Amino acid sequence: MTQSLLDFLTASAARRPDHVAVEALPTGALTYRELDRLSDRVRDRLRQMGVRRGDRVGVYARKSIDAYAAMLGAMKAGAAYVPVDYAAPAWRSAFILSDCAVRVVVLEASLTAGWREEAAKLGEVPPLIELAESGDGSHLAAALTALDEAAGVAPVGDDEPVGLDDLAYILYTSGSTGKPKGVMLSHRNAVSYVDWCSDVFAPRDDDRFSSHAPFHFDLSILDLYVPLKHGATVVLIAADQGKEPAGLAALIAERRLTVWYSTPTILTMLAQYGKMERYGYDALRFVFFAGEVFPVKHLRALQQRLPGPRYFNLYGPTETNVCTYHEIPAAIDESRTQPFPIGRCCEQFTSRVVDEEGVDVAHGAEGELVMAGPGVLVGYWNLPERTAQAFFVDTAGTQWYRTGDLVTEDGGGVFTYVGRRDRMVKRRGYRIELGEVESGLYKHPDVKEAAVVAFKDADGGVRLKAFLSSNGSPLSVITLKQFCAKVLPAYMSPDVFGFVDALPKTSTDKVDYQRLAEMG
Amino acid sequence: MDPIEQTIKDFILESYLLGADPSQLTADTPLITGGILDSLATVQLSLFLEQHFHVEIAPHETATDYLDTIALIGQLVRSKLPS
Repeated sequence: MTQSLLDFLTASAARRPDHVAVEALPTGALTYRELDRLSDRVRDRLRQMGVRRGDRVGVYARKSIDAYAAMLGAMKAGAAYVPVDYAAPAWRSAFILSDCAVRVVVLEASLTAGWREEAAKLGEVPPLIELAESGDGSHLAAALTALDEAAGVAPVGDDEPVGLDDLAYILYTSGSTGKPKGVMLSHRNAVSYVDWCSDVFAPRDDDRFSSHAPFHFDLSILDLYVPLKHGATVVLIAADQGKEPAGLAALIAERRLTVWYSTPTILTMLAQYGKMERYGYDALRFVFFAGEVFPVKHLRALQQRLPGPRYFNLYGPTETNVCTYHEIPAAIDESRTQPFPIGRCCEQFTSRVVDEEGVDVAHGAEGELVMAGPGVLVGYWNLPERTAQAFFVDTAGTQWYRTGDLVTEDGGGVFTYVGRRDRMVKRRGYRIELGEVESGLYKHPDVKEAAVVAFKDADGGVRLKAFLSSNGSPLSVITLKQFCAKVLPAYMSPDVFGFVDALPKTSTDKVDYQRLAEMG
Repeated sequence: MDPIEQTIKDFILESYLLGADPSQLTADTPLITGGILDSLATVQLSLFLEQHFHVEIAPHETATDYLDTIALIGQLVRSKLPS
C-alpha cells in the first residue's frame, strides 16, 4: 500500500526512468531518473544541514523544475515543504517561513536581501540553499554542487521512511486576523486525493498535465502528483506566462497538453482574449476548474471554442482539497443562467449539510457543508484554537471539518454552492479574508478606519470595495493603490475605494457591513 | 500628453481608478509595478488598445517593459500605427 507521495516517484522512476517527468518553459526537462536523482541530492544536503523527519523546509522561488525538485527533496528528508508566494510582499513571506519555523529555506538569490531584512525582525534567520535563478533544474544542481565544494559532499542516504500521517506540505492561506494561516496536510491527505483522481479520471502515462497554479495553491497537488503517480508529464507554466491568455492559448496547443486545470478566471480570459481559433486542441482530454464560481455565460463561450475535452467543476477548500465534483454536460443548455452545482461528494469523503449546532438540516434546506474522511486537514499550524473551531465531533465520534460554505442539496446527493458563513471571498480563484485586506489598509499612516466589502460585478466576478476614513490628510486613490501593492498580495488590492467621514456603526458599535453593502 | 496618451489615460481612469484625481495620473506613473494595473487589467488594456487603435499587441508586449506607464504604452501604440 502507498505510504507517501514519494512512493509515486520511486515507482515511476523504476518503471519509466527515461520518460520526461517535468518540463519547464521555454526550455528544460527532467526525466524520472533525473528528477529522482536531483531530489536525492536535495535530501542528502538538507539532512546534512540538520533537517530531520517532522521538520519544515521553505521553498521560496518562482515556479520551476528547481522548486519542484526541492519540494520532493524536502519530503525525502522527512520534512514538510512550505511553498511561498514569490510575488507577495517580503514581510508576508518572511512571516510564513518564520511562523512554521523552517529549518532550511531554498530560495532565489534575487529574494535573499528583502527576505533577510524582514526575517531578521522576526528572529533567527535559517540557513539557505540559494539558487542564482530558477528554471530547468540546473540552478538547483549548481547550488548543491557549490555546497558540496564549500561544506563537503553530503553523505548519501535513503529516503526517510515517512508514513501516511507525516506532514507532506503546509499551504498558507489568507487569515482573517491579517496574518496568513498554515494548513497542515499529510501524506494521507495527498495520497487519498491523488488516488481518487486516478479512479475518476483514469490518467494515462502519455498524459501531459498543465501546472498553471502556483505551488502554494492547492491546485498544484493534482498538477504535480497525479502525473507523478502515473509516470506522465507535467508542464510547468511560470506565473508571467500564466497570466497572458494569447501565449497560453498557443502553448496549450503547441505543448499538446492533455489535461488542463486552472481557475475559471484564466479560462474566461483564454476564451475572451486567447485568439484560440488560431490553434487546434485535439490532444486536450480534460479541462478542470476550481477556486471560484464559473459564470455560465463564460463557460459556454469556452466550450464553444474548445468543444473536445470533458469539463469538470472541482470544489473544495485548501483544507480538504477537492471534496465534491461535477461533470459539465458536453453542450450547455442555451437557456441556462445559473452556475453549475459543485456536485457530489468525492468517494473518499463523507459529507453532511448541517446547521450551526451541527444538526442535519431538512432535505434541500440551506446549511453548512461539512466533510469527514482521509482528505481532511491535520490542522492549522500553531493555531490550536482555530483548529478546534474548524471541527466538530458528532455523537458517533466522527470528526467533521466545517467548510464554512453554505450549500443546498438536490435530494440526489448533488450540492449547489450558496455562499459563505464568514467574511472569506473567492476572487479570481484566490481565497481572501476581507479582514486581511483591512489589516493591510490600516498600515497606511493616514487611514483611520477601513472596512472592505465584496460586491458581485456584472460578469459574475467579485469586486472589492474599501471604505476608508482618514485621520486628517486627504486620501488619494492612486497612492492607496501604490501602497496596497507594497503591503498586500496583488490579488488582495481593492478595486474601488470609497471615502467616508466615518464608517457606519451598528448599535453595538461594530462596523455596519450591512449598511456599507447597501451604500454600494 | 498627446491624444493617444490622453485616450489611454481616460481608459485607465474610467476602468481602474474610479474616483481618482486625474492630475495624479501622469505619463510616468508606474502602472503595473505601482499596483494600478493587475494581470487581468493588463490583458483588458491590451485588448482595448487593439480595438481602439486597430493594432495588434503581441503576447510578450503585455509585460512591464511595454505597458508600465502611459508614456510607454503610447510609444508602443505609435510604433504600430502606419506612419
